Amino acid sequence: MTDLIEAPAAAPPPVRSGQARKHRLFGRNPLGILFSAPYLLFVLAVFAYPLGYSVWIAFHDFFFAAPGTQVERPFVGLDNFVTALSDPAVIRSFGNVGIFLLINVPLTVVLSLLLAAALNRITHFRGFLRVSYYVPYVTASVAVVAVWIFLFNGGGLVNQILGPLAPKPSWLINEQLAMPTIALFVTWKQLGFYILLYLAALQAVPKELYESASTDGAGAVRSFFSVTVPGVRPATVLVLLVSTVTGANLFTEPYLLTGGGGPNGASASPVLIMYQRGLQQGQPDVAAAIGVMLVIVVLIIAWLQNRFAGGND
Amino acid sequence: MADRTMSKGQTTLRGIVLAVGAIVFLFPFYYMVIGSLQAKPDPTIAGAFPSIGNLTGHNYAAINDRINLFQGLANSGIFTGGVLIGTMVFGLLAGYALAVLQWRGRGVTFALALLVQVVPFQLLIIPLYVLIARDYGLADNYLGMILPFFINSTAVIIFRAYFLQLPKEIFEAARIDGASELALLWRVAIPLVRPALITVVLVTFIGPWNEFLWPFLVTKEASLQPLAVSLANYISNVASSTSNPFGAMLAGAVVLAAPVVVLFIVFQRYFTSADIGSGVKG
Repeated sequence: MTDLIEAPAAAPPPVRSGQARKHRLFGRNPLGILFSAPYLLFVLAVFAYPLGYSVWIAFHDFFFAAPGTQVERPFVGLDNFVTALSDPAVIRSFGNVGIFLLINVPLTVVLSLLLAAALNRITHFRGFLRVSYYVPYVTASVAVVAVWIFLFNGGGLVNQILGPLAPKPSWLINEQLAMPTIALFVTWKQLGFYILLYLAALQAVPKELYESASTDGAGAVRSFFSVTVPGVRPATVLVLLVSTVTGANLFTEPYLLTGGGGPNGASASPVLIMYQRGLQQGQPDVAAAIGVMLVIVVLIIAWLQNRFAGGND
Repeated sequence: MADRTMSKGQTTLRGIVLAVGAIVFLFPFYYMVIGSLQAKPDPTIAGAFPSIGNLTGHNYAAINDRINLFQGLANSGIFTGGVLIGTMVFGLLAGYALAVLQWRGRGVTFALALLVQVVPFQLLIIPLYVLIARDYGLADNYLGMILPFFINSTAVIIFRAYFLQLPKEIFEAARIDGASELALLWRVAIPLVRPALITVVLVTFIGPWNEFLWPFLVTKEASLQPLAVSLANYISNVASSTSNPFGAMLAGAVVLAAPVVVLFIVFQRYFTSADIGSGVKG
């Protein structure tokens, strides 16, 4: 194995000009290209090509054909987009994900920064707390969904504790509450990851800034807002971006928690609709068009976030 | 690290916030185990505490009757194992090349590895399904399951970050001694980044082990489904036909969650903010 890979590098005797040309063409260690080739091939085959293919499908009349048959797939312009946009379920799913992001993203930023800042200042129980915060993040959605169904169903523990205050109909079958409950679930599940991100960012905030803030008479709250918050701004931009992308990918939670986006489509996400239209009803072209629109919306949101939270750096 | 600007009240408040946080994060896991052991589901407040008369292992047998737990675990293991092999071999090679070797295309490759992290998977579902399940005929096949996850890009970036920390002199000295690049990687570089190997295994493991959407799309055959998929199918379709659906559901959830939770508790010092920070920021 070793010999096979070494052979080409060792074969040519050092001819000065050939060596120089090789360096100019491939760099000083052409072996790097060989080492990275499998990964590059993987990225091209699994990300780049499907990405382009997805856009192509969205603009063509595409349907599932038996393998091996030659079928025509004519260019249809924006037809698939028109079909998607004239479907009220699609419009509703975009609204639903909007509700989701409005609850999930701000809650994620505030809670993860607060918990990370508090965690960063203690010495006791730090390891235990860190682990307990990221346990939901590393656990399968499918597993924790099971316990949330148990907690939030009509006669579940949450309603037992709330007693007469329990919502009717219960959380997951209530049109107004289904999506907010899913947003809370995802916030809870992902928070540990963002806490780790903020902990890393907090290490990089210079200690001297806190010292000079305290000499200037700033209290804990003042120094949190004038030192910590600006100090972790790059992390905040990242948390905003990652939580928005994760939210737009929402599928498992409405599929399982609310039995496929119920009640009455109140918690259906665009990806759930893509699955239903594309794979269950055999309209992959319309599903691809929904995907393209979803990505455009996410890009616009990310650009706005970067513009308003990113500062000048 | 007690600082002068904090009053006693604020210190207490911080302790309370952290403790409430820990309870909110951990209670559902405790409740998952309790619920999986209840002979009759007891959603009352008293039911949150174990009561001797209401304890049983029957739910585990009940869920195992409906979905073969061992088969599910084995399928999850094959799916995860395939991704781990791809990432530990090809991801490591790419990370090493990005950090240590000088070659044309290095900058572009690194930019791609960063970009891949923000490509929304939802845009890829339809084309990947068409390509893998239809064109290549890899539906109901372990290869088809593994392929989209084969090399974890976060792992490539973590490997690169660790290899970058190694002093350049080590490599130069070994090269002067006539060591080949592969020998250098195997005998010098890898032993020096051993903690990175564990970090990468942890980060990579949770991807395929917890993944639901993709294996759900490409496996219709129950005997090939990873546990996450068969448990999800049980929750959404057949739970109502079991005598204690909650108990069985939670028993399945415990079996699915336990390997990951144990792994992350045992190796917790390899999953820290520094590792994740380097992984995401590059």
